[in-house]
This record gives sequence, C-alpha cells and structure tokens, in this order.
Amino acid sequence: MMREKLKNLNEFQTLQTKCANALKAETRKVLICCGTGCVAGGNMELYEELKKQMQELGVNYELALGEKEGNNLVGLKKSGCHGFCEMGPLVRIEPEGWLYTKCKASDAREIVEKTVIGGEFIERLGYHFNNELYKKQDDIPFYKTQTRRVLEHCGHVDAESIEEYIALGGYTALTKALFEMTGEQIIQEVSDSGLRGRGGAGFPTGKKWAQVAAHTEEPIKYIVCNGDEGDPGAFMDRSCMEGDPHKMLEGMIIAGIATGSTEGYIYVRAEYPLAVSRLMIAIEQAEAYGFLGDDILGSGKSFHLHINKGAGAFVCGEGSAMTASIEGNRGMPRTKPPRSVDKGLFERPTCLNNVETFVNVPDIIKKGAAWFRSLGTEGSSGTKAFALTGNVMNTGLIEVPMGTTMREVVYQIGGGIKGGKKFKAVQIGGPSGGCLTDEHLDLPMDFDSLKKVGAIIGSGGLVVMDEDSCMVNMAQFFMNFICEESCGKCTPCREGTTRMNEILTRITKGEGKMEDIAELKSLATMIQKSSLCGLGKTAPNPVLSTLQNFEDEYVEHIRDKRCRCGTCKDLAKLYITDKCIGCTKCARNCPVGAITGTVKQKHEIDTTRCIKCGACMTGCPVDAIKEG
Amino acid sequence: MQDVQEQYRYLPVKALTYIAEKVGMSESKLYGVATFYGNFSLNAKGKYVMKVCRGTACHVRKSANVLAALYEATDTSERKPTSEDGLFSIEIVSCLGACGLSPVVMVNDTVHAAMTPDKAKELVAQLREEA
Repeated sequence: MMREKLKNLNEFQTLQTKCANALKAETRKVLICCGTGCVAGGNMELYEELKKQMQELGVNYELALGEKEGNNLVGLKKSGCHGFCEMGPLVRIEPEGWLYTKCKASDAREIVEKTVIGGEFIERLGYHFNNELYKKQDDIPFYKTQTRRVLEHCGHVDAESIEEYIALGGYTALTKALFEMTGEQIIQEVSDSGLRGRGGAGFPTGKKWAQVAAHTEEPIKYIVCNGDEGDPGAFMDRSCMEGDPHKMLEGMIIAGIATGSTEGYIYVRAEYPLAVSRLMIAIEQAEAYGFLGDDILGSGKSFHLHINKGAGAFVCGEGSAMTASIEGNRGMPRTKPPRSVDKGLFERPTCLNNVETFVNVPDIIKKGAAWFRSLGTEGSSGTKAFALTGNVMNTGLIEVPMGTTMREVVYQIGGGIKGGKKFKAVQIGGPSGGCLTDEHLDLPMDFDSLKKVGAIIGSGGLVVMDEDSCMVNMAQFFMNFICEESCGKCTPCREGTTRMNEILTRITKGEGKMEDIAELKSLATMIQKSSLCGLGKTAPNPVLSTLQNFEDEYVEHIRDKRCRCGTCKDLAKLYITDKCIGCTKCARNCPVGAITGTVKQKHEIDTTRCIKCGACMTGCPVDAIKEG
Repeated sequence: MQDVQEQYRYLPVKALTYIAEKVGMSESKLYGVATFYGNFSLNAKGKYVMKVCRGTACHVRKSANVLAALYEATDTSERKPTSEDGLFSIEIVSCLGACGLSPVVMVNDTVHAAMTPDKAKELVAQLREEA
C-alpha cells in the first residue's frame, strides 16, 4: 500500500475501511512468531521456507497487508511474541486459531500442504499436555486463564505493518483525542480509569499528566517512554515494543496532546536490538501517514518522536538517571525535588511513563474509563503483564487482571513446578522486590496487597523457585547485581550494598558468623532510609524478605555450614551412595584423583582433595554420586 | 559514541579525543560517560562478543556452568575476557530479556537459547570454523 500523509479525519476513515477490507480478503493467516525467543529457535528459517513452499505449491499469498488485490488470500506474517516461549518456535493459524508448537523449518512443506491448502490440523505439531491435545490457542491452559489487553495484538498481527494495526481499530483513539476531546478531558479519562504506572512505583498516571499539563508557561515539554527494562527476569516491555509497537506510539502521541508536549523520547536498552528496529520501522510508518510530525491529520497539533539507545546501565531505569542519560551524561539520579514533572529532561517539565503504561492508554480513550475499571481491584485497575520464568513448566509472557492470586499464576498458567518438585518461593519485582512463599500463594497480586508483605509488583518479573533453590544464594545474587549496577553517587548504596554483598558471600562460603544476620538487617535499614534514589532504597529488599521468610536457611549456612539445596558449592560435599556398582568411571574422570576404590566395590571420595567440579556426577552411569 | 563503538568494536582513545572536540565536551567528561556504561569498552573486543546472561531466570537455570564452559573453550577468564587470537570476548550481562529460553548466550546480535555447557563448547567450535 502506498503511504501518503493523511490530511484530515475523513482520509483516515477511508484508509481504515481500506485496511479492514484488505484484512478481510486474507481468509487464512499464518503467523510466525518473530519474538526474540522464537527467532533464536529458528523461526526466521521457517518463515523463509514457508514462503518458498507457498511459491512452489502455487498458494496465493501476500507478505504485507494490501499487497495484492482480490480475495481468498493467505497472509504470511511475522508477528510479535505469542508469550508461550517455552514451547517455541510457535506458529498460529487463522481463522481457526490453531497453535503449532516447536516448529522447525523442515515442517514447512507439511504445514503448507496439509494446513494451508487442505485446511487440516497437524496433530504432531499441536500442543499436548497430560495426554490431551489442544488444537486452539485459546483452549490451552496457559492462555485460558489469561486476559490479554496490553498484549491483545501480540502474536496476532504483523508487527511491522501499520495497516494491520489500523485495520484492527488502531489510531482511532488518537483521532478521538484529536477531534473530540480537550487535553483536560483526556487527562480526566485517564485519571478516572485509575491507571497506575506500570514501571514499578504505581504512581497514578492521570495525576502525573495533569502535573505536566499544568506547566502552561513552558513552551517545550517532553514525553519520555521508559523502555529500559533492566530488571533481570523481566521482558514484558520488550515484547510490547517488538510485538505491537504502534499501540505504544499511539499512547505516547495521546500523552503528548493531553499534556501539550510536542517532543517525545523512547529510551530502549541496547540489549534489545529487535525492539529498536521494530520501533524505528513503526515510527517511519507513522510519520508517512502523518500520525507523527507537524499538523497531525490536519488538527494543527504536532508531535515528534526520537529513539535513544541505552548503553547498559541498570540505574538508567530510574527517572532522573534516564533523563541524564538522554542528555548524554552519566546516568546518575539526582536529588528530588524538583521532580521530573517540573524539571526533567533538558530542565523542562517531563512526563515519564513506562512502556506498558502507554500501551494501556489507547484503549482507555477508545473504550472509556469504566471499561478499564471493569477488571482488576479497587486500588489497582486493569491488567498487568508478567514475565513468568524460572522453575515452572510453562515459562513465558502472561497477562492477568490485577488481583489474580499467585496460585492461579503458578499452577494454572504456569502449569506447576518443573519436574514435579515442590514450590518454594516466587521472586517478584526483580532486585527491588521480594520473595513470596507458599503462605502468600492466595494473596491477590496488586500494588497495595503486595506492599503489605514487603514485596512489590515492580515491572512484573516473576521468577519461580523450586525446593532446590537456595535462598541465601539468591539474596547474594541480587546483592551482587546491585553492587555492580550501583551508580556510585551516594554512599549508602555504593558502600552499603558492597558490605552486604561481602557478608552474604562470606555466608555462602561457610565463613559466616551469627552476628552477620543482625549486621545485614541494620545495614539494610540504613540503606533503605538514606539512599538517594528509589533503586537504592529498595536494594536491600531481596535480603530482607529472604531473611524474613527463610531465616532458618541463613542459620544453617552459618552454624551448620550446610546448604540444603547444594547450590552453594563451597558448602557442598560430594559423596557416593550405596548405588555404586564400582565401574571405576568416576575415579578415572576425577581431575584431582580424589576418588579411590577397587573394581566392583563401592568407591569413596576424599573430601579434602575434592574440588567439587562435578565431573564424577555427570559421568556416573547409575547416578550414585550425590551432593549435600 | 555508540556508532563509533559499533564500527571499531571499542572506543579507541583517539576517537574519544576527536568526539570531545567535535561535540564541544571536555575529554574528562566524555571519559566519564564512556566508563559509566557497561556497553562501552576502551579495550579492543573480539570478533564474536558472547554475552552470557546472568539474569535471575538464567541464574536459576544454571547459567554459571555455561559461563565456565565458555571461558574454558575460548581460553579466557573474568580478568582476561578477550581471547589471544582476538576472536572471542566473553561478557557477563545482567539480563537479555529472553528469560523464557534461559539460559541464553547472545553472540553479537543473535540469541542462542537453552544453552548447556556442551552446547556452548560446540558453539565456540562452530564459530571458530566460520571465522
């Protein structure tokens, strides 16, 4: 489709009808998941192969919406992340809504012959669970309990096509904001919806916008989108940017109109090259149609967008550090006030929101605040996307209404713990968050309930841990992360976290003292009270919450020099059980000659010489060597 | 600076002086920026930059063993991240955002999923042949 600048609302509506008709002409769609996960699994090769096979078998297909005239077309599309990364590479078939899992390039011919031409389901590629076959994506337990609003289009549309987004009602909210509403009305709608910042702190979005809009004296104001998803274990924002970039752009433009800003910046991590390229394509397309630029759809309003690539610093996820980084300085937070809504980027009033927050905006404008509030809890309305990872059966990207319990997430969506092991804890909210244990399983997940138990929703990373995960090691891991990522500006965070890390490292090595626990608590309180920025203030959370829930494990490490999970290598001892058949393989594998024994007799490990490399364990044919 | 880094795979001192002059910033300030961010390097990097993820999810699924295997296969270490032949640089990153596929290793811009120590060694051997 030729892209020309739209001059008024009428031209937009004509385009929308045209796009919708083109979408209807595609009576069958093959959507190849091109999220980072499935690309790594080889889905690009599958895409190329499908294209080749369709050509050979004479299928009337199109790669871009509206590329061909006529009806009964097959659309072959690269979509964003479907979320079910564990079962990738994924392919979705429409109109049936089938989902093929673990696809390979060699499956291309069969897919084209049987499914595309024959309309037949290939059982081999379907999702099997508990001996049951699930044909449709929506029937799969992983998806069934989810409610997808933010991720509505992720995996269902061509992520690189603005026309598809328009065909599905995209940019309608923008026209409503431009032609039917005033800035105050937009802000009122967002306030009424109860939308709270999805980046971690949960600040009411409408309130923030109103504060920026109130600076009518300033000629230049900025909208900044925080796509610096630095929390280890989180990838919701990445999936939104990769899978449905236009929805986020639309949200940003609406924010610009509401607050009277004409310039916007998107700050994306450099670790997300695919997100950067998808966003660049999206911006280019939006500019071509005139959704971005001067005089948007002839309304007289303007908005420009720029992309800033991060350079690998966790602290840049903090508001004032991010603006410093966009300005080209070291990304360090500063003392507040002034808050960024008053003096942010380039000393101007700045409205800084998270990716997911902006993505929520178009639907609020289009469908209204009441619709948005229909899901979620009183204080936390709407849905939240989570990245579910760790030791669960189904890892991936999920979205549930606020207030869903952890049990539903872990057991229904996540499918329970991998390998039939016991659930131990969920780490929520990344390095600023805390651990939830089985007693919290029925706690509703929303901003306020989680705060009460010392955890936060944060950006939405959920790392599930089974009984074999050592909590002390986990705490040390996070503290080490914070130490490395502390920007070094304020002493409590720079020195305090280093000391905490030293103590934790000592404990995991079996050199801890009982006083260490009290010392950790006192350091933690000091850091919480005196750090400059939010990241510093929350840095001790993982330690505090593991201490609160698993103090016995700390004591075990210190007093008994024992790690019950065998994670802390320095504490673990290897031993041979009675299963040993005396094959001598372990003795031969041992690099330091610590294993002795005669043929067909049980062998022994000399623990003073053993370096715990584990070579004996991996080599043992009867699994007779244990750690602990 | 990001463009220079992409071109040379690191920031040569000369380039820093040049950039400082062109953008009208003091060299010391620019140096401050260059050393602040994890992605900038003042030392030459290898042809294949292997980023090993040590995010929470990868950590829980034992990325440390993958890292050890890569160090061994490329004869590098935490102190000496780039191999003698200039082919490989091993870096530890906090999270690549591909947690569903953990543990992951990113070689230049390609993500390799569900790594094991054995797969890591194979990968190194394969890249060595390609080079």
